[in-house]
Amino acid sequence: MSVAIRVIPCLDVDAGRVVKGVNFEGLRDAGDPVELAKRYNAVGADELTFLDVTASSGNRETTFDVVRTTAEEVFIPLTVGGGVRSADDVDRLLRAGADKASINTAAVDRPEVIREITHRFGSQVLVLSVDARRSTDPSLPSGFEVTTHGGRTGSGRDAVEWAREAADGGVGEILLNSIDADGTKEGFDVEMIAAVRAAVNVPIIASGGAGAPGHFPAAIAAGADAVLAASIFHFGPVDMIARVKQAIKEAGYPVR
Amino acid sequence: MAGPRVTVLDYGSGNIRSAVRALEHVGAEVTLSKDAKDIREADGLVVPGVGAFASVMQALKDVGAGPLIGRRIAGGRPVLGICVGHQVFFEEGVEHGIRTAGFGEWPGTVERLDAPVVPHMGWNTVDAAPGSRLFAGIEGERFYFVHSYAVQKWDFPVAQPRMTPPSVTWAEHGSRFIAAVENGPLSAVQFHPEKSGEAGAQLLANWLGTLA
Repeated sequence: MSVAIRVIPCLDVDAGRVVKGVNFEGLRDAGDPVELAKRYNAVGADELTFLDVTASSGNRETTFDVVRTTAEEVFIPLTVGGGVRSADDVDRLLRAGADKASINTAAVDRPEVIREITHRFGSQVLVLSVDARRSTDPSLPSGFEVTTHGGRTGSGRDAVEWAREAADGGVGEILLNSIDADGTKEGFDVEMIAAVRAAVNVPIIASGGAGAPGHFPAAIAAGADAVLAASIFHFGPVDMIARVKQAIKEAGYPVR
Repeated sequence: MAGPRVTVLDYGSGNIRSAVRALEHVGAEVTLSKDAKDIREADGLVVPGVGAFASVMQALKDVGAGPLIGRRIAGGRPVLGICVGHQVFFEEGVEHGIRTAGFGEWPGTVERLDAPVVPHMGWNTVDAAPGSRLFAGIEGERFYFVHSYAVQKWDFPVAQPRMTPPSVTWAEHGSRFIAAVENGPLSAVQFHPEKSGEAGAQLLANWLGTLA
């Protein structure tokens, strides 16, 4: 008996609509996050993540509506990230029906927000999202730098140190996204995963670089407890989650 | 035909919409409330709970839930605890060295899990108690857990005549811990059935099936 490796599709949501669309057959509306969430639930997703990329905060209300409707129809865990800056933001998401919130830039800017959130709601609600890239800067001992604003801005902060600090501060999970691997479809940055694994004992969700089912076992071998991806699921065959799980299972890890 | 009436105890704990919707999904008529009348009169009472043991106990005290829950149990009226709402029925919780008394329906201490990765987060199997009604037909399924603390020792005095011991379902993360207890009207589960997809829906349906 042991806990299954979680396979998590991530949907980018802009003003209540899925960005870039999803290429599933038979969908009435490929831009409807609720319909996609139901579909992913039906094909075996272990959790769902919505990343709110809405630029204008005035349109953020639509995200809450999407979270609300999804949580009423899909009975697997739902994480929502994007635009989370405070404990009050987390409160609104939880009240709408999210199970977890993920925080990124706001925590880099003001690390105290981690304790503010976890003291109020517990560690289990908070996922620290780390967008990290390789760096040759000698001031970064791990060789991985935290970036913000979707990987566009370097923070000068060591990614492994940051993960350790955030785990000590009470985050329940770390979503580790490799900016270098993201979009390459050439596989995960397993060295980065292993470096963070050695530093923290909270669960790690690995992200960035998945291009084929065969890429996933290496991320798990490096220490990931869960794997998150977007395009491989959105644009792959409809049974891609099952194929990824099969690859993970064949490598000897438990899946649901 | 109207389904069983269930009150989900509303005392300010995290995401309870999902519990309400999941129960409705399997046919319950759900009221979200902390009023004594709703707690007393429902066919079933669900006690949710996330976060710290001490703060959940405090919040339950603040709404005066303890005596109302106790009265339901004494009267044989079904109660289902979920996650920290499961843990509070044990004797005590220990967090960061601080001990907090629970409702003490069952012996045992809620303590931090000793595992390489904590929180225990994700879908795990259970070792269902023989004859379990909650797990009937779903003994081999996985359920969604999110917790860092659990009861890892069970010392129920089995030598008491005329007393049916609670039936205990175990799971494992680092060490074995109690995943569920079924004890007459009182049942409790460490995982989140409302987040456990079809298997969780079946467990909730099984519980509804036990309601008068």
